[in-house]
Amino acid sequence: MSIDLSQFHQVFFEESFEGLDSMEGGLLDLNPDDFDVETINTIFRAAHSIKGGAGTFGFQIVADFTHVLETLLDEIRAGTRSLEADHIDLILRSVDCLREIMQALQDEDEPDMTTADELKVEFEAILAGESQPKTKESQPERASSKETPPKETQSTQASASESETTADGSDSDETSESTESTGHWEIYFKPDADVLKTGNEPVRMFRELEALGLLTSDAVLCDVPDFSSLEPESCYMAWNLTLEGGTREEVDEVFEWVIDESELSIRWVDETATSSISTDESASTAEDVSEQEDGSESARSEEVSEADVEKALEEVIEECKHIDEEDETVAEADEPVVEDTVVETAVADKTPAAKKAKKSSAPESTSIRVGIDKIDSLINMVGELVITQSMLGQLGEDFDMAKLVRLQEGLAQLEQNTRELQESVMRIRMLPISFTFSRFPRLVRDLSKAMDKKIELVLLGENTELDKTVMEKIGDPMVHLIRNSLDHGIESPEDRLAAGKSETGTITLNAFHQGGNIVIQIIDDGKGLDKDRIHQKAIEKGLVTKDEILSDEQIYELIFKAGFSTADVVSDISGRGVGMDVVRRNIQELNGSVEVVSVPGEGSTFTIRLPLTLAILDGQLVRVGEEIFILPLVSIVESLQVDLKMINNVGGNNEVLRLRDEYVPILKLHEQLNVEPENYDLEKGLLVVVEADNSKVGLFVDDLLAQQQVVIKSLEQNYQKVEGISGATILGDGRVALIVDISGVLRIVNQLKGKKAADDPRAA
Amino acid sequence: MPKILAVDDSASMRQMVTFTLKGAGFDVSEAADGQQALNIAKQGGFDLVLSDVNMPVMDGIQLVRELRTLAEYKFTPILMLTTESASDKKIEGKQAGATGWIVKPFNPDQLLNTIKKVLG
Amino acid sequence: MSEQALSTSASVQTKEDVENALGSHDAATDQYLTFFMNNEEYGVDILSVQEIRGWEAATTIPNSPDYVKGVMNLRGTIVPIIDLRLRFGMPQVDYGAVTVVIVLKVGTETGDKIIGIVVDAVSDVYSLTSEEMRQPPDLGEQVNTTFIKGLADVEGKMVILLNIDVLLNLQEMPDTETLKRIVAETE
Repeated sequence: MSIDLSQFHQVFFEESFEGLDSMEGGLLDLNPDDFDVETINTIFRAAHSIKGGAGTFGFQIVADFTHVLETLLDEIRAGTRSLEADHIDLILRSVDCLREIMQALQDEDEPDMTTADELKVEFEAILAGESQPKTKESQPERASSKETPPKETQSTQASASESETTADGSDSDETSESTESTGHWEIYFKPDADVLKTGNEPVRMFRELEALGLLTSDAVLCDVPDFSSLEPESCYMAWNLTLEGGTREEVDEVFEWVIDESELSIRWVDETATSSISTDESASTAEDVSEQEDGSESARSEEVSEADVEKALEEVIEECKHIDEEDETVAEADEPVVEDTVVETAVADKTPAAKKAKKSSAPESTSIRVGIDKIDSLINMVGELVITQSMLGQLGEDFDMAKLVRLQEGLAQLEQNTRELQESVMRIRMLPISFTFSRFPRLVRDLSKAMDKKIELVLLGENTELDKTVMEKIGDPMVHLIRNSLDHGIESPEDRLAAGKSETGTITLNAFHQGGNIVIQIIDDGKGLDKDRIHQKAIEKGLVTKDEILSDEQIYELIFKAGFSTADVVSDISGRGVGMDVVRRNIQELNGSVEVVSVPGEGSTFTIRLPLTLAILDGQLVRVGEEIFILPLVSIVESLQVDLKMINNVGGNNEVLRLRDEYVPILKLHEQLNVEPENYDLEKGLLVVVEADNSKVGLFVDDLLAQQQVVIKSLEQNYQKVEGISGATILGDGRVALIVDISGVLRIVNQLKGKKAADDPRAA
Repeated sequence: MPKILAVDDSASMRQMVTFTLKGAGFDVSEAADGQQALNIAKQGGFDLVLSDVNMPVMDGIQLVRELRTLAEYKFTPILMLTTESASDKKIEGKQAGATGWIVKPFNPDQLLNTIKKVLG
Repeated sequence: MSEQALSTSASVQTKEDVENALGSHDAATDQYLTFFMNNEEYGVDILSVQEIRGWEAATTIPNSPDYVKGVMNLRGTIVPIIDLRLRFGMPQVDYGAVTVVIVLKVGTETGDKIIGIVVDAVSDVYSLTSEEMRQPPDLGEQVNTTFIKGLADVEGKMVILLNIDVLLNLQEMPDTETLKRIVAETE
């Protein structure tokens, strides 16, 4: 039978990446002077698993590299080597290196082993150097095994046990004997009394020997004590065996597991040299062969057939079990087992094919680990749904108006089942945010080192769950915000001391649920945003005019404007040409929002609000002519009927709505979306005021319809991206309705405006 | 069909072992650590336990010790999945009452041969 | 033909069935579903046909070319509908009772896509060997004919066999005149 091991590769890669993450997390927690052994154990286990899996699934280069890492960890774990700060750094770099190698292997690329080889040299230097006396003697052997990949196969294993047997006193040249029927094996086997308690039944070994050739067994019962002192669980017997066939390796393998717990001698008797040994003589032969202290015992041997032995043993074992069962008094209550089941979920990639070509070769389906409780609840829901469905089915078979109430009840039940089922399914995609948070300790560690700042990272609400897709997309904006807090927020230790603060700054990541949203906060206790400088900069950049009087909030908002960057020197840390405007845009693309609150001298708090899932949207259905569009409810500020007194006409055909103290431009959705409306007259339709990218706009539509949750479907899957439309959904009647991308529509408007301005010489 | 309990904290190893053994007609249950394995084992009926050594919560050695205190598993074959480099673990495992070991890395055929031998 | 969805499997045998019936495994025999457009007969590889449906109003996509009639709900998947007449620059006709949408699976750079094409009417299914198929004439570098898999003479009529993977990914579409020339020159 041959099994294609590549089918397990995906799972192996995933768990290895998880393992590397947990190694990284553990390493960041390690303090060389005072560490928890369990942390080292966790790191060791992860490395060990990666090594084991890599060897099994054919990634020898990974196994070899992990081996040196594991060796160092093992020494630290065993206390034979002390942990040093350099070790942590080295292992951290190895984790990075392994990640890259594994990524390459997953992408079916040739991994670059240069870094790995360099790191290996460093490991070898550590392992070779200053080895304390307690260090195992196998050190040099391990070092050499790195040159040639260790060939860990059955044969090496067999030879290892073979040498042990040789040490037992048998002639080593016996191993060269063949199975040619010119002789036979003579084996004396006396297992320790406890052999049965390790699950090693002599019967099994005899069975294996029988498979090698004709076996004759001769039980030695002289050690069996009086019945009164007999312990039924112990084995008192010994055997003299002759075996016609099998190689020394094969015979050794049979006894491999019991060699240390038994007296064993294995001797080849060459029949061409010696006269054939009869069974009568076997006892004395055994006496010679076995180096027993008391040689007289074997005299009382009697011949027992193998079947008899087997039967006797079985009886003894049964008896033992019986005794034990009676003794069993405590019935332990089983703890509830929470297992993890891996559910393969093909996560359709919604981003366009603008990704790296390299990436596209990797399988796009990823798996998601789901707690069994979630699966169970799902199964329960489906069960209920089936019951409701069959109830409705019966009702429909011979329906009359008398049963109307029951039908209504049934439909209400169905609605509830469906809603619960939907929630359960959504829960499957929910993962704790710790998956994202776990990246940041490393980031903060490296960055604070690079900037000579002392920073403590506090993580709160790590178990807050959110949709896997949202999670994947929120990582980068968060990295940027954390970099920003580190770079611009937290002061240098000197400045902090001068300001009467503790030397070490704190960045807190906090996540919690609020309504249908997840809120993520990035809080620092740094110097806070510099209002005056932001204002100054915004005036310089022409984002606001000098005369405008702005509230603090409005000034803070300016940092999210395109073309704004307060850093005097664009630093390597938070510069990178990406501004806060990009952060905000990325978050808005997830239908979320970001805002900042700051207190001078005390710090800043960035608050990100995101929907829990991208798959469902709370929508407002609007009608434009014959078509129905969906507006995200989250972006709607208010809806109103137009009073022409509220409309001002500015610059030709641009109408604005005066909404309290604001002027809101009006956008005719039918013009933007190129559909035939019912009304061209503003007074006859409705205005839906929406907000996106910090600007408000009034969308003119014919009618407001229902508000409902809609399941977002991709337009790109079979078609392409459509400007101003973020996706589609299927309405209750089966029709397709398009979901309006508010910021997309605004972009179109701005582009048109720009174009108009350029076309109009007066505007210039 | 004989019932086997496969214990390993690595999902890929568990999958590989389960796939191999199920393919050969065995009835396989899985556990991701010693504690889980113990809970499942207590539900009874396993003819063989196959366990990794290094695992969180409860390691393989402790699992063997715990299993051997249960009447049902006093004599049940328990095989450790161990790496060549961890020869001290072999001895520790044996002392705890393990039947034998299978050395990692192993391929499905090696696994199956050993299991068939033990179960007869 | 009714406006309900038609299953291709009911009227069309699978390739294997046909081969078994013939008792041979002539690998060169392919089956084509043919349809009419502007009185010309066109064919597409039957293996790419997912289903045939009657025309139903689709949801229009804003700011899309006129030949994109909109998107339809095909059992929960959003499928774009393309009017092949308009795509070829042929005169528009009102959709009637026999107007059908052929739902095709098209291979693209970003994976398979499901696309519906509106045609005048479905015609027939032909089994054609590669010998019966003729290559399109070379009309010079100006005219791209890669969207044509070949032309075949079936019962005295010329059928243009389309290579849909190429056709629906083309930026520049051939016009009616070119199509006429291709047919004329092949004959």
